[in-house]
Amino acid sequence: MDREEAFSRFKDCTVKVLHVEPEKVVPEATFAEDLEIDSLDLVELVMALEDEFSISVPESDLEGVDTVGKAFDLVYGKL
Amino acid sequence: MGILEGKKILITGVLNTSSIAYAASEVAIAEGAEIVLSGFGRGLSITQRAARKLGESVKVIELDVTDESHLNSLVDQLQPWKHLDGVLHSIGYAPPSCIGGDIFQANFLDVATAIEVSTFSLKSLTQALLPLLKEAPTGASVVGLDFDAQVAWPGYNWMGVAKAGLESLTRYLARDCGPMNIRVNLISAGPIRTIAAKSVESFSSFQDDWGQKAPLGWNPTDATGVGRSIVALLSDYMPQTTGEIIHVDGGFHALGA
Ligand SMILES: NC(=O)c1ccc[n+]([C@@H]2O[C@H](COP(=O)([O-])OP(=O)(O)OC[C@H]3O[C@@H](n4cnc5c(N)ncnc54)[C@H](O)[C@@H]3O)[C@@H](O)[C@H]2O)c1
Repeated sequence: MDREEAFSRFKDCTVKVLHVEPEKVVPEATFAEDLEIDSLDLVELVMALEDEFSISVPESDLEGVDTVGKAFDLVYGKL
Repeated sequence: MGILEGKKILITGVLNTSSIAYAASEVAIAEGAEIVLSGFGRGLSITQRAARKLGESVKVIELDVTDESHLNSLVDQLQPWKHLDGVLHSIGYAPPSCIGGDIFQANFLDVATAIEVSTFSLKSLTQALLPLLKEAPTGASVVGLDFDAQVAWPGYNWMGVAKAGLESLTRYLARDCGPMNIRVNLISAGPIRTIAAKSVESFSSFQDDWGQKAPLGWNPTDATGVGRSIVALLSDYMPQTTGEIIHVDGGFHALGA
């Protein structure tokens, strides 16, 4: 899967789970300020992404993941 | 045949796949148990996702251990089960003022919350399930999760006090449940990277050194060993053990330095 296709699936999944506006799901967006989601939302998002991409993301990989771009890189790195 | 073949087990405390209770669930299923998970509040939908990862047929019920109405309907929610062979209590919470910094900053309301959720709930949960636990054909097992409360830890503060209470409560519950053939024990686990552990910032300060001191080593990202030990306590292979605290910490507790 190329990066672009992966990001578009990542974005669809994020919009669906977090009920955020699609325009806001850009790499520089921070979860806390720009998307206004909290840590439980983030946990739910990660689990949905695990299903979407058939990957597994342990809690320990999530340290320092505070933007859409970092989360996407983490997911993409596992494909 | 697995050591939990045909056993009916309620597992609380699965938030996501990193939860200690999730590791226990995986082992329990592999050992032949039929399990029901309980989820709490906003985390319920996350628990439902975790349940699907465990298998299509794993049922999830809602249980906030501080909510009387949830506790009162617990036996009904577990229908059609007519008995319960075991329950895992894998629940802990303390408000931010109770964790980190020094011990003086928390007020009693916050401490009361920590104790209600993390200590008293072992009593409430056991009590709510007594009608089913009493009927277990080979005796029932209640298992809780502890973090060694014999010493003070960096930042753990009132959660540590709550765990000390849990250790004591386990002995009293063991006393009063024994005549009904119900065992009550704790697993005192080494540090595991879970959502709950993340809120204890100072945990990371000793999480990584744990493996250096523990004779068997320790991997904070793998709860399988804790899960297997929980399953051992839930099984018929520890039938004479109650009121006990079993350390599953790589042997850390045994050494002074
Ligand atoms: N992670 C560790 O290093 C460690 C070490 C020793 C003991 N423990 C203990 O293990 C247990 C499980 O924690 P974990 O580390 O797997 O983290 P976790 O965050 O995955 O689990 C904590 C659970 O407590 C539940 N919970 C909180 N308040 C509740 C309430 N009112 N009603 C019902 N459920 C409620 C949450 O839904 C969550 O599932 C806790 O008792 C914790 O103190 C953890």
